[in-house]
Amino acid sequence: MTTIKIKVLAVFVSLVMSFSFGFSPAYAAGGGVKAPAQQWHFDGMTGQFDLAAMQRGLKVYREVCAACHGLKRVRYGNLEALGYSEAQIKNIAVDYTVTDGPNDEGEMFDRPARPSDSFVSPYPNDKAAKAVNDGALPTDLSLIIKARAYGPDYLYALLMGYEEGGHGHDVPEGKHWNKYFPGYVISMAPPLSDGIVGYEDGSPETAEQYAHDVVNFLTWAADPYLEERKRMGIAVLIFLAAFAAVMYGVKKRIWADVH
Amino acid sequence: MASGERTAFENPVVEWIDSRLPIFTMMQKEYGVFPTPKNFNYFWNFGAIAMVMLMIMLVTGIFLAMHYTAHTSMAFDSVERIMRDVNSGWLIRYIHMNGASFFFIAVYIHMFRGMYYGSFKKPRELLWILGVLIFVLMMATAFMGYVLPWGQMSYWGATVITNLFSAIPFVGDSIVTLLWGGFSVDNPTLNRFFALHYLMPFVIFAVVFLHVWALHVTGSNNPLGIEPKGKQDTLPFHPYYTMKDTFGTIVFLFIYAFFVFYAPDYMGHPDNYIPADPLVTPAFIVPEWYFLPFYAMLRSITFGVNIYIGAGAVLAVLAMIPVYSKKTNKELNIGAMVGMFAVAGALFMLGYFAQLKNGAGEIMLNLPLADFFFVSAKLGGVAVMFGSLLLVALMPWLDTHGIRSARFRPLYKTALLVFVALTFVLGIAGGKPAEGLWVYIGQLATLYYLAFFLVILPLLSRFEKGRDLPPSIHEAVLQGAK
Ligand code: HEC
Ligand code: HEM
Repeated sequence: MTTIKIKVLAVFVSLVMSFSFGFSPAYAAGGGVKAPAQQWHFDGMTGQFDLAAMQRGLKVYREVCAACHGLKRVRYGNLEALGYSEAQIKNIAVDYTVTDGPNDEGEMFDRPARPSDSFVSPYPNDKAAKAVNDGALPTDLSLIIKARAYGPDYLYALLMGYEEGGHGHDVPEGKHWNKYFPGYVISMAPPLSDGIVGYEDGSPETAEQYAHDVVNFLTWAADPYLEERKRMGIAVLIFLAAFAAVMYGVKKRIWADVH
Repeated sequence: MASGERTAFENPVVEWIDSRLPIFTMMQKEYGVFPTPKNFNYFWNFGAIAMVMLMIMLVTGIFLAMHYTAHTSMAFDSVERIMRDVNSGWLIRYIHMNGASFFFIAVYIHMFRGMYYGSFKKPRELLWILGVLIFVLMMATAFMGYVLPWGQMSYWGATVITNLFSAIPFVGDSIVTLLWGGFSVDNPTLNRFFALHYLMPFVIFAVVFLHVWALHVTGSNNPLGIEPKGKQDTLPFHPYYTMKDTFGTIVFLFIYAFFVFYAPDYMGHPDNYIPADPLVTPAFIVPEWYFLPFYAMLRSITFGVNIYIGAGAVLAVLAMIPVYSKKTNKELNIGAMVGMFAVAGALFMLGYFAQLKNGAGEIMLNLPLADFFFVSAKLGGVAVMFGSLLLVALMPWLDTHGIRSARFRPLYKTALLVFVALTFVLGIAGGKPAEGLWVYIGQLATLYYLAFFLVILPLLSRFEKGRDLPPSIHEAVLQGAK
């Protein structure tokens, strides 16, 4: 009986695995080197967010990426998850202006953002964003980690993957060579370089550190329930394992007298 | 149903109900004392598991529908709202999303069980056909569900798959317009897909009911494939199989939960986290993994049926007629058959190479009349894809061998395991861009898929001798074989 059970399990697992091995490389289709795997604090079954890295990542996002990229699925109030107090969040929000209305006179008006507002996008719409960026669209980053295969590794590699010269290929004026970008030629200028963002906690102010931190921040932005999910998962798996063990015992006893 | 004789229940409430509507008597008969072969292995758990998955899909789906908005400008955002703002929304969605995959895993194993142990054979043909019908309905449901979040793969997958119907002669274009509710995949498409996605699981539920009803008429098959001969061969369903099914289901749920909590997006495609954009075609459009073998067969037909391939096919059918026909009791003329197949194969290759282009884009073999097609490549692909499902439904008439279980049919067992292995290969081919070596691998695997049903099964039905069957389940179990 046990051998059959193991066999069934093996069949099952290999079924799932062979399909996934089968199609995962396809996602990388279209050119671009596969990003090397990195170690992340949020990886694994007990993975957790690294709040300090996320706070620094927010700073990188706000001071660099936000010039071109929106983050519209995140609200200022959500930043509580990064360990900020209500007052700190209000302070962040007031830096942004949102259009509200109509008021009692029927007019639209501008006001400072509140914690319940979503992150304000830098451009009013995609067309405006494209017009400023040489026809290329700086995508909203709320879901970027989920919208790319091996998202965190890819984003880190992309930010660090710029190369001068383009390996003898013709890189058009205003475009850049990035070995991890599908098709290699990207319209985003290298956004990070050493020293452009000041850190207050003494972390190194290097491009690598910025990239690492912004990945941590954007992973939270894409998957805010990651920690809760992993915590709940352990409990669910332990419960199911215990339940399975009990049922196995029950089943064995009931079947004991069957020949 | 159970309106005949009835023994009274002790509990007065139960008895009051049961004497008016004998539902407790029915449950008692169908799930309590129902005589079930005592030699099931764990493959027999997957029916119960599929039932549990259907329930999970129904419940989570209904909760998703409370928060989902079926409009092209809001669908993606509403799903993200479920993920971020609805209480436990992320959990419900991940259960539903991965549930579709695990539902298919359960059903694929369940179908394999039926093939391996010959459960589709007389008297269970209708039970089998209802099963294939459930499978087809599930595919339609899952396909339409995948469109709902309105991501890039939703949109482009829907566009590719609905376009297939245009290959059908005469009515194809009208069918596509009807599916779309317009002239491209758009808001009306999304609306009708949502309505149907909500409806179809209930249709599935009804067919499952018929499926189980049919099962309870014939009773279950078992790993030996011989009918129970008496009480010593069976056990009451409860508690023996209720407990065993519960155990198996929990193990299955454990693996399922692992994916929900630790790899929730593993089986999905990252592009579906990009909102649909009709102006941006993804680099590579792939359907969900559970469609990949069928998608591979669709794409394998890169050639039309010209006069050579047509003649080859007719010859192959002629060669097989004596095998299909029940009446020919006399010895088959093997030599003639092999000869006809050889000529058919040669004709097929001629017709194939007359359409194949070499690296420089030139036709490899110039033959007269080779580019007049009876059936276009597109229609051929669609026919093979849908035909591949029809063949599964027809299995009871393609495999008429008297022995059910593959345990006693070594040749059938080998042929079936090769079939399963090549279905995996097809799945992998379906996930690759349709270019280079994978096209040919896909074509060979497709050839085997079709030949397995149309040639191998009928031939084995006639020629495979098989091993001696044990006298009864009871005796076999006593001897240690289960
Ligand atoms: C000066 C404007 C600008 C800044 C600043 C900027 N980006 Fe971009 N980004 C772009 C543009 C334009 C594109 C589109 C590139 C293309 O499609 O070729 C882009 C594309 C991207 C992409 C998508 C790549 C893909 O796989 O499609 C990511 C991810 C990204 N940026 C992340 C960032 C991050 C993180 C930062 C901050 C560290 C940042 N960007 C800063 C303009 C900018
Ligand atoms: C046979 C059972 C079912 C199958 C196989 C199935 C399959 C699917 C699939 C594959 C998706 C896409 C998942 C994603 O990418 O997000 C989906 C989404 C959805 N399904 Fe189902 N489903 C089933 C039953 C139901 C039922 C009964 C309902 C409601 C009554 C329902 C409601 C929804 C809704 C609202 C969505 C969109 C939300 C989302 O994308 O998460 N489903 N379904």
